[in-house]
Amino acid sequence: MIKQIVFAIALLFTLGVFTYTVLRLISFFRFTKAGFPIRDFGKRTRVMLNVAIGQTKIFRHPVMGFFHALVFWGFCVIIFGSIEMVIDGLSGSERSLKVLGGLHDVIMASGDVFALLVAISIVIFMIRRIFLHVSRFEGIEMKKKSHQDANLALSMILLLMISLMGMNAAYIAFEAAEGGTVYGVYPIGAILAPIFSGLTSQGLHFWYEFFWWSHILLIFVFANILPYSKHFHVFMSVPNTFLSRLDPLGKLTNMDDITREVKLMLDQETAFSAPAGDVPVARFGVKDVEDVTWKNYFDSLSCTECGRCTAVCPANTTGKMLSPRKIFMDLRARMKEKGPGLVKNGKDFTDNRSLLRDYISEEELWACTTCNACAQECPVNINHPTLIVDMRRYLVMEESSAPTGLKTMFANIENNGAPWQYSPEDRLLWTDNLEMNVGK
Amino acid sequence: METKKIEVPVMADLFARGEKPEYLFWVGCAGAFDDRYKKVTRAFTKILTHLGISYAVLGKEETCTGDPARRAGNEMLYQMQALQIIEILKNYEVKKIITICPHCFNIFKNEYPDLGGHYEVINYVQFLDHHIENGNIKLDASMLGNTRITYHDPCYLGRGNDIYAEPRSILKKLTNDFVELERNRSFSYCCGAGGAQMFKEAETGKKEVFIERTEEVLRSDAKIVATACPFCMTMLTDGLKYKNKEDIKNLDIAELIVQVMDL
Repeated sequence: MIKQIVFAIALLFTLGVFTYTVLRLISFFRFTKAGFPIRDFGKRTRVMLNVAIGQTKIFRHPVMGFFHALVFWGFCVIIFGSIEMVIDGLSGSERSLKVLGGLHDVIMASGDVFALLVAISIVIFMIRRIFLHVSRFEGIEMKKKSHQDANLALSMILLLMISLMGMNAAYIAFEAAEGGTVYGVYPIGAILAPIFSGLTSQGLHFWYEFFWWSHILLIFVFANILPYSKHFHVFMSVPNTFLSRLDPLGKLTNMDDITREVKLMLDQETAFSAPAGDVPVARFGVKDVEDVTWKNYFDSLSCTECGRCTAVCPANTTGKMLSPRKIFMDLRARMKEKGPGLVKNGKDFTDNRSLLRDYISEEELWACTTCNACAQECPVNINHPTLIVDMRRYLVMEESSAPTGLKTMFANIENNGAPWQYSPEDRLLWTDNLEMNVGK
Repeated sequence: METKKIEVPVMADLFARGEKPEYLFWVGCAGAFDDRYKKVTRAFTKILTHLGISYAVLGKEETCTGDPARRAGNEMLYQMQALQIIEILKNYEVKKIITICPHCFNIFKNEYPDLGGHYEVINYVQFLDHHIENGNIKLDASMLGNTRITYHDPCYLGRGNDIYAEPRSILKKLTNDFVELERNRSFSYCCGAGGAQMFKEAETGKKEVFIERTEEVLRSDAKIVATACPFCMTMLTDGLKYKNKEDIKNLDIAELIVQVMDL
């Protein structure tokens, strides 16, 4: 009974802290702008099944992708065991999902095997991070804290897997000593059980309880560390793929505010018939966190800083300052900085800082070729170029700020309808003396 | 060899005669003004003529689609251009557009619909592949034979619009020695000119993007690098010049076809 009370308190505390964190994040979302409407549920489900469950983009790096897929699929299976543990903890029962019969055996066996596979993958990840120089884990945005964050997450997952395997092994050893029934199948547990040979059934029970509590409490702690770490992607990435931008990568989003203005300029009739000034004109483009869409912010929370975007960025790989990963890390950090002030003082709150310039420089933004390699690569379908262009939109339309070459290009298009200084009168010069062979 | 002069049909003239072509051939600014790229426009026009396609160009009425302005953040200028063009195309009752430039293709196909411009937009590689597949264009592969050809995917055809198969299908009919670059298809590496980079100095770095890509082309040992975009062509041609490798040719897919067909 005491076990149940302690467990219930721990669970309530976990859920309480988690709810607080999530509500805080939701309060930040209130200050972002509307994005695309969520339609096409069928298509979205397919994208989610492919990209998240099928790990299709992760597999673009086949070797490391395979190990990540093992970890992801492992989590998907092991979570059923965790649910069983919560039910057991609250009800005081043991292996409560055994009512599922054969299915329970399958769930437990795959969870047990995956615990080992995940542990092996995590060790490989740690070796890579700590001992091998992997260039995509470096970069100006990768501070000491980013590396600590990654190592902490990996360490916790490793401990989770060790405690899970220990729990299963001790469970088998204990039931064997007691002559009791083992519910579920535990192939790895069976191999590991002899480690406990020579212990009394009391000692075995202690180790079972030790691993059981270690595992579940680690889950509780992990769940509450995640939202404050880049590893929040554990929660955010699957929904983020469901919320993917479904347009072709080449497409930019239309600015309807501008369409209204341009139509007024081009068409005198609507200029007189349309009521002027009934639409409050927001800032054009993105300068700070309140200008981004909810989806941009959602993307930033889904980013796990893997750096696959930056590793394929033509600007970054040739030594320019731009790093697509940094753009989203900056957005997340800036919201963390400004969000509480916005919540407290309302949408007009200012701290005289902004995402643009205090976090992201103009030099970074102008280096983008909009080639979409970053968006193509992102394993959780973050779209970087649209946000970069939105920030350029602010620079150009609110501040008339752009590199000289681009200003010249704008002027040429305005004056002679081509990005270069050629007269429209010369548009047919290419047809001069055009002849073709028509046979012998 | 007999030759024939090609009179390129202009939309306004056709309309004055009460004719309506099936396709608008959108030449694009590079296609009309860039000396190197004009040759690509001319090559594609020969193919259109050879096939007897009913088409016309806008000629002096054509103007920039606004793509570079839009990607550089000047949404106002883009929409001014776009709304004007949509109006012109409405007057000529344009339903189908063929473009060579992938940037023009992308903007007509994906972005003009948001402003009310709905067309069937066809990129020339799709068009060429279609006419090769149905036998209207007959390619004699013996001419380029065993010349090693590689292909650089333009971002706005490939990743932007998932057009990977058609250019490869064409090139594999032109040569028995088609090779991929190390980074190809959706993994392809930008030439460095997209997103309006064409019109500005590159930011400070340790290398130019087009040099990085040119080096990859050189590693492929290809004799010809085929491109399908005016900006990619400028960048790779410059890269080959910079590397003193002008024996390696940078040709457009349309030019290769015209060469093989001897048009």
